Amino acid sequence: MIKESPLQAAAARYRATVPAGDYWMQVVKAGQTLRILDREGNQAADTLFYNAADPSERYSAVDTIREQGNVYLTAGTPLLSNLGNVMLEITADTCGRHDTLGGACATESNTVRYALEKKCMHACRDSWMLAVASHPEFGMSKRDITHNINFFMNVPVTPDGGLSFADGISDAGKYVEMRAHMDVIVLISNCPQLNNPCNAYNPTPIDVLIWN
Amino acid sequence: MTETPSPSTLLYEDRIPGGAHWSLLLRQGTSLRLIDLEGGANVGMLFYNPLEKLERYNAPDTLKCQHTFKLTRGHCLYSDMGRIFCSIVADSVGWHDTVGGNLSTAALQRKWGVKTYQDFRNDWIISGEQAFLVELAKYGLNRRDMAANLNLFSKVAPDDDGNLHFVPDHSKAGDSVELRFEMDTLVLFHTCPHPLNPAAEYPKKPIAYQLHTAAPVAADDYCMNFRPENQRGFQNNHIYHLQGKHPHGCC
Repeated sequence: MIKESPLQAAAARYRATVPAGDYWMQVVKAGQTLRILDREGNQAADTLFYNAADPSERYSAVDTIREQGNVYLTAGTPLLSNLGNVMLEITADTCGRHDTLGGACATESNTVRYALEKKCMHACRDSWMLAVASHPEFGMSKRDITHNINFFMNVPVTPDGGLSFADGISDAGKYVEMRAHMDVIVLISNCPQLNNPCNAYNPTPIDVLIWN
Repeated sequence: MTETPSPSTLLYEDRIPGGAHWSLLLRQGTSLRLIDLEGGANVGMLFYNPLEKLERYNAPDTLKCQHTFKLTRGHCLYSDMGRIFCSIVADSVGWHDTVGGNLSTAALQRKWGVKTYQDFRNDWIISGEQAFLVELAKYGLNRRDMAANLNLFSKVAPDDDGNLHFVPDHSKAGDSVELRFEMDTLVLFHTCPHPLNPAAEYPKKPIAYQLHTAAPVAADDYCMNFRPENQRGFQNNHIYHLQGKHPHGCC
């Protein structure tokens, strides 16, 4: 569902650019709104959320999918934790839908998906590993890396049980926005994927904006 | 395909009542055959590498590697390290779920109320969440290690718009699925209901399971050749095993 935001970028209290292949890890407070902006189009923002007070409570793809009865995320979707609590709610979306089935790329899964020789190509899970290892203040490790959201990715399912990675439905300037219902640690890997034509082998920067 | 393994390969068999939980260490070269005794069973299942329990079942990698939303014969179940815990070598059901997740304690109480052990003894009811927390704790694991699980015997079908529909009574009495283990794997499972099961009463569906000695994986193996990705997954397992087997197995 396409829903534009009334928020003006000039009024954001925070704005940063995250180049492809980098991570972004910060706390977003309850009541704040987070926007992820696809600057050049067809970029994937692989995102995880944690309760800032207890990271063992974290975004749960399967609970979110099941409770809304639909595999796609869009405006109006509550993002649920593994304890069934609403962590954030998607409040605006100019892309239309986002994937939470396909997970993140990893060097190891790249060997399976593409070729064993791809094993040293940079992947999202590496960005997350570096993020959790570089931020011991959050007390997180590989144990906490779970099934994520791929903002701007298009992964259609079919009634006979198929799944494919289709051409992106995002474009330059499209964004997704969500309001936090609790203080959350946001962990984004801006995907460095060079194996999959979904981004024309050209991973690009995203912007992250926050409003109070 | 529902071929029955030869009785000569049977190592052990047992039953698990409905609404219960258990765990097993399955060695490479062993298969686990699960049988729905009454129809309508659900087996929630999680996999870990017993030597490095941070390596665990990864539902998204399993689905996207094989371009599938459902699990059936031919599919391999992947860890987050690009390796295959096990292959589905036989399946009379045709569709197993790994997207519906697990029955939380809150959902259990909302749907089916509270039946405590004090009041109901062995007729008490527990959630899949409680079941997994107990089995995880036996191995020093906890909620942080709980990943998206399999729901064997259950079907959650998507429509063209991505809406999900639970299919009641999908599995029939006598239906079975067989997992052949391609590396040593710690298997946690429960027989609590699927979280989308709309039954008015908490369904307690027992299962039987059998352990078999699996035939060696041949060059024309169905699962290994099911997709080119699976050939590479088997190659990753081969590389892993080249690094030597642990002299005392697990732990």
